[in-house]
Amino acid sequence: MLPSLLGAVRQHGLLARLPRVAQSARAFSTPTTEMTVRDAINSALDEELARDDKVYVLGEEVGEYQGAYKITRGLLQKYGPDRVKDTPITEAGFTGIAVGSAFAGLKPVCEFMTWNFALQALDQIINSAAKTLYMSAGQINCPIVFRGPNGAAAGVAAQHSQCFAAWYSSVPGLKVLAPYDSEDARGLMKAAIRDPDPVIFLENEILYGQAFPVTPEVLDKDFVLPIGKAKVMREGKHVTLVSFSKMVGYCLKAASALARDGVECEVINLRSIKPLDKDCLVASLKKTHKMVVVEEGWPQSGVGSEIAALMQELAFDELDAPVLRVTGAEVPMPYAANLEAAALPQVDDIVKAVKSIA
Amino acid sequence: MQMLKQRSGVRAAQPGRRTVQVRAVAAPVKAPSSKAIITPEVAKDLYYDMVLGREFEEMCAQMYYRGKMFGFVHLYSGQEAVSTGVCRLLRQDDYVVSTYRDHVHALSKGVPAREVMAELFGKKTGCCRGQGGSMHMFSSKHGLLGGYAFIGEGIPVGLGAAFQSKYRHDVLGDEKADSVTCSFFGDGTCNVGQFYESLNMAALYKLPHIFVVENNLWAIGMSHLRATASTAGDNDPHIYKKGPAFGMPGVLVDGMDVLKVRQVAQEAIERARRGEGPTLIEAETYRFRGHSLADPDELRSKEEKAKWAARDPIPQLKKYMLEHGLASEADIKALEDKVAEVVEDSVKFADESPKPEKGQLLENVFADPRGFGISEDGLYRYMQPGFSSGTAIVS
Repeated sequence: MLPSLLGAVRQHGLLARLPRVAQSARAFSTPTTEMTVRDAINSALDEELARDDKVYVLGEEVGEYQGAYKITRGLLQKYGPDRVKDTPITEAGFTGIAVGSAFAGLKPVCEFMTWNFALQALDQIINSAAKTLYMSAGQINCPIVFRGPNGAAAGVAAQHSQCFAAWYSSVPGLKVLAPYDSEDARGLMKAAIRDPDPVIFLENEILYGQAFPVTPEVLDKDFVLPIGKAKVMREGKHVTLVSFSKMVGYCLKAASALARDGVECEVINLRSIKPLDKDCLVASLKKTHKMVVVEEGWPQSGVGSEIAALMQELAFDELDAPVLRVTGAEVPMPYAANLEAAALPQVDDIVKAVKSIA
Repeated sequence: MQMLKQRSGVRAAQPGRRTVQVRAVAAPVKAPSSKAIITPEVAKDLYYDMVLGREFEEMCAQMYYRGKMFGFVHLYSGQEAVSTGVCRLLRQDDYVVSTYRDHVHALSKGVPAREVMAELFGKKTGCCRGQGGSMHMFSSKHGLLGGYAFIGEGIPVGLGAAFQSKYRHDVLGDEKADSVTCSFFGDGTCNVGQFYESLNMAALYKLPHIFVVENNLWAIGMSHLRATASTAGDNDPHIYKKGPAFGMPGVLVDGMDVLKVRQVAQEAIERARRGEGPTLIEAETYRFRGHSLADPDELRSKEEKAKWAARDPIPQLKKYMLEHGLASEADIKALEDKVAEVVEDSVKFADESPKPEKGQLLENVFADPRGFGISEDGLYRYMQPGFSSGTAIVS
């Protein structure tokens, strides 16, 4: 909605009857700028590198190439090769170096070109980073951020398209974050870097180029979002749509489509897969009594499975329908464009799922 | 050199193994002279440390068979010269990373025997409050960064600690930052990918890191000669030769002679402190016991075991000390008595210590459990009154 129109609408008391997009009233009351997710992450990294000289970035192509996806553009020029390190193609090795340096007091941001490649470093992420605080009974913590694009891109086929949210979220000792828009990207990245524990930061390649409005607060260099708190993107009373990362955008589109048919969806952006904001989910369920979880990953043992289990444990009597899951197809990602589209949730799939229980 | 053919699953001792040489990094090692190369104080420290390692491990075997210790326990008996030879040269701010065979590395680095024994018993007073166990010894006070069950996993972590030291010097401007890291691992690890990744990066980044290979010829029941291809032009799979291929000196040393190990380690440590980068040390040694206390150890021949037992590092050092007048029989006995006292005390302490309470189960998963950060007063932000609840707002 245009700022001026919204102002007029508010003056005439019409706002209460319109679906309230959470926080947009506040956001639109001051002039806003737009920022891509790429620039959001880049600026967050830049500011945190400036703030604390123990922070450093390492990974493949992060320096001279300016980042495989240009997320670290300009950082080498600004901070030098000692703080923005190009590594050889040696995931297990450089992840281990990052983890060991974190044990010894530095604050690395370890980039994986995509989260698929982190499979080669899984030993270091799980056995070293996640478990050491527990094994050492609190003596040695690991203030590291692992980041990179997660999930499907476009036409990159089976070995470049997996979503790892569910796997990492099952490990005690890891925090798992998945930003959607630029506000999420900035706030969560800063929170992750300042956090004393290992954080898995799941970005999305398709979202990198998308621009979102950001307020001056978001642009503040100390803007930090709390880890473990979800955001209600859109309020509604008929069905709760829960999702993270790119699928939040799809849910918002589905919610607009459904609103035209009189079904008001509440859209929750998880932001944090671990810790999961159970309070927010239960509070929403108490309003709508129906929930659909949307994720890109595979159905078995996915994030939706965990949420479904939790909702029926914590709020069984609030449910008027089973918790539905809209997930990626149970296949490795095919290459052909039409098959790829069929393997991933689309807005229509979400609309259909909601209509089946609304 | 011929390698005897395998007979019914039992590999005979290797007759043609070439005589062990010390290959120092810089100047050639002088022939053994009548003058001692260490002071009496150092000699006594080395002897005490080796005997402590041996007696501690033997006590672990006893305690295991009595049910006080459980799970996977891997003893170091026989290899003491390597741990003592390297670790007694390190400062408290230097780091050590090890594998599951880590009890003696912990002791040599300065972790009190009481804390290690209590950890092995699974008691609250252990160095990791009973949460780590035999394979996961950690001590931030003594710079012991683990204790890893996955061989090869510890090496990159060790590189990371060395990286931190270099970063502290180069980026944070701490001129005095010159701590080094020693990673200990075995012959089996030298076929794991992470070893090669680490060799490359240690040389590439010139990290103050020392790779210490404790080549005891066996990885559980897999002989080193069956698992590793010979280096080109050789009949034996030399590990130390892989160092130069990756850009660092590779040194072979008699791992049953603590003084030779110490000499080689001293050069490597000084090189690292001067900023000249990593070194690969291959110490030829042997474990007198099986891979773990659950290993029936049937594949190693009696002849081989006897040959290495004859080279036990502890009597070797004792002989050296007596011959060079570094200590008397009475001094040595006093050291041995002290060790016996310390080991018995550690068992008593561990026995009498309480088990962890149930409430300890869920502790120490996260340094900051809710992830909202720590505020200026040192408390978790989520504990502040009036902290936002419900949906997140721009904060």
